[in-house]
Amino acid sequence: MPRLIKDGAVIDDRWQPIDLDSDAPRAGQIASLEQWLNLADKAGTGVQLEPAEEPDTLFPHLHEIALIVINFPVFTDGRGFSYARRLREHGYRGELRAGGHFIRDQLTYLRRCGFDAFQMADESGLEAALASLSDFTEFYQAAEDQPLPLFRRRAEPTS
Amino acid sequence: MYIYDQYDQKIIDQRVAQFRDQTVRFLAGQISETEFLPLRLQNGLYLQRQAPMLRIAVPYGLMNSTQLRKLAEITRVYDKGYAHISTRQNVQLNWPALEEVPDILAELATVQMHAIQTSGNCVRNTTTDQFAGVACDELEDPRPYCEIIRQWSTLHPEFAFLPRKFKIAVCGSTEDRAAIHHHDIGLELLANAQGEIGLKVLVGGGLGRTPAIGSVICDWLDKRHMLTYLEAILRVYNKHGRRDNKFKARIKILVRAMGVDAFREAVEQEWSTLKDGPTTLTDEALERARSFFDAPDYAVIDGPAATAELDAACERDPIFGNWVKRNTLSHRMAGYRIVTVSLKSTGYAPGDITAEQLELVAELADLYSFGEIRSTHEQNLVLGDVPMAQLYPLWQRLQAAGLATPNIGYLTDIICCPGGDYCSLANAKSLPVAEAIQARFDDLDYVYDLGPLELNISGCMNACGHHHIGHIGILGVDKKGEEYYQVCLGGSQSKEASIGKILGPSFKQEAMPDVIDTILSTYVTLRQEEESFLDTYRRVGIDPFKERVYAQAH
Repeated sequence: MPRLIKDGAVIDDRWQPIDLDSDAPRAGQIASLEQWLNLADKAGTGVQLEPAEEPDTLFPHLHEIALIVINFPVFTDGRGFSYARRLREHGYRGELRAGGHFIRDQLTYLRRCGFDAFQMADESGLEAALASLSDFTEFYQAAEDQPLPLFRRRAEPTS
Repeated sequence: MYIYDQYDQKIIDQRVAQFRDQTVRFLAGQISETEFLPLRLQNGLYLQRQAPMLRIAVPYGLMNSTQLRKLAEITRVYDKGYAHISTRQNVQLNWPALEEVPDILAELATVQMHAIQTSGNCVRNTTTDQFAGVACDELEDPRPYCEIIRQWSTLHPEFAFLPRKFKIAVCGSTEDRAAIHHHDIGLELLANAQGEIGLKVLVGGGLGRTPAIGSVICDWLDKRHMLTYLEAILRVYNKHGRRDNKFKARIKILVRAMGVDAFREAVEQEWSTLKDGPTTLTDEALERARSFFDAPDYAVIDGPAATAELDAACERDPIFGNWVKRNTLSHRMAGYRIVTVSLKSTGYAPGDITAEQLELVAELADLYSFGEIRSTHEQNLVLGDVPMAQLYPLWQRLQAAGLATPNIGYLTDIICCPGGDYCSLANAKSLPVAEAIQARFDDLDYVYDLGPLELNISGCMNACGHHHIGHIGILGVDKKGEEYYQVCLGGSQSKEASIGKILGPSFKQEAMPDVIDTILSTYVTLRQEEESFLDTYRRVGIDPFKERVYAQAH
């Protein structure tokens, strides 16, 4: 069974991967955006976005989606970072998974943008990669893990 | 200047630890070259022709004497005893060893310095006016805004893998000394009708392969919205900037492709979800940033008396007098002058400074200028707050160390990238061209007679030497393996910004001093009384120059 990092630990992946030949992905399976938009019964399915697919079409459905995967075919294409933030800003609370060829040195940034699951193309380094989730424990910017920018927290009276 | 608190220090220290671990994994073969590339670039490390190059960040060009001494020490221990001031106000080391770079970064962190995001496809060091806080024509000190942007952009999780590099410049004065029209984002501080300070926002300026002048997308933005608005611009760019061709990946190409109105609309739409959110600046945040840039403890000086004494000293020693005239500027405080330390002496690469010179400047800053030093994008250093009465001893020390060449703003104050001698991107060498021109025009009277003149040299079209915005620009090109030089005329980095026009076919290196000579004598022939080179060019156009230069070649 494929493995991934979820909520800071390495676990088995219960989701069925994307199958582009399938007419109707079932519950528990990940669909491409096109497949997913065409599904009559979306219940229990996940959806995967590619770099050229903005998340905006999903905004009306966010409360009913259990998994959104944002695929990184190459780790240098950073569009997915903005997509993740937009999804969280629009209220998505389900699993937000980074998939594909990102690298462990991006994990802190990905987590800060709202990803909570990380499925790396090369699974061999998953355990070691956990360490990179906490490369930083202090940040300047507001993000999903820290809603207040440092300049607002500095202004708070210290207890 | 800005002083780190425990938060800043923790972030910088954690960054050093992260890069140390990345370097260890790279050297152990656990990270591929491709994967290590952006990691090292975002820590300022290039792998160059002869050795790596480390670009150290100097946020908006401001340093203290402790930092300068640390830089001197680092160049001795880890490099060859000299450093280079870059055209983005940063400091570059040309000979560090890859495996020692984490140690260098750890040394820098002890004096509140780093090399974060000095390269790579991310938000780079924010630049500004080297005379911020002391210039007479300043409306608002840009440095607090630069510091706020520095913090916001440092390790920003969303914008570390942009389509391409991203440069922001801020200006708060009548004259633009930060070249804001030539940055991905240019910010100009200005007051609205009620006298409140806000920002004019320009987007899509730049140099490089496709030079462009920035377009205004917001005439006046309340300063509290600065960061959310920047975030909206960056997000539009991150989502829509081209990633299929690195030569078309800068934001200027996106702005041009969308049209400025559509781009503005996309930004406004993105901004609607960010505006008034937690990243909106508070009065406390603005005040805290401002508090670091309070005026130093100036002495109360009788201005007219000090000026009279200085005039007398200049008369007694005309060489000193000439230096005062050429390399110092009026200060907003009575009895003070702004001093530019020239790193443009013939025979030395423009912007290079030795460890001994760094230590000397640190000492002089402590003695005469409140311990602060500024770096300029023209690749010089500035002592911003020197009492007039101290100019003479300061000059004597600078003069003895080769740091008082009286050429600031003149022909031989050349901006020049490291070029083919060091840089692996370069098509041609740039340093020998600069040196040949400085050597040819060693008659200072002629140089002064030519008036204000900006001559900028880049060794390739990435344009680190800002050749497009030099009054005279020189670009190194590769013609079937041979180094040639293209000349452009009429560029300007001022508020009346312009991009230089190509004169014609390129020249061999040895022809360059003659070509520049012909261009200059053409100007001297054509100029009307007191008319600068740029004004003459703007009046007569490129043709007379073209005729003279190419007539001679045949």
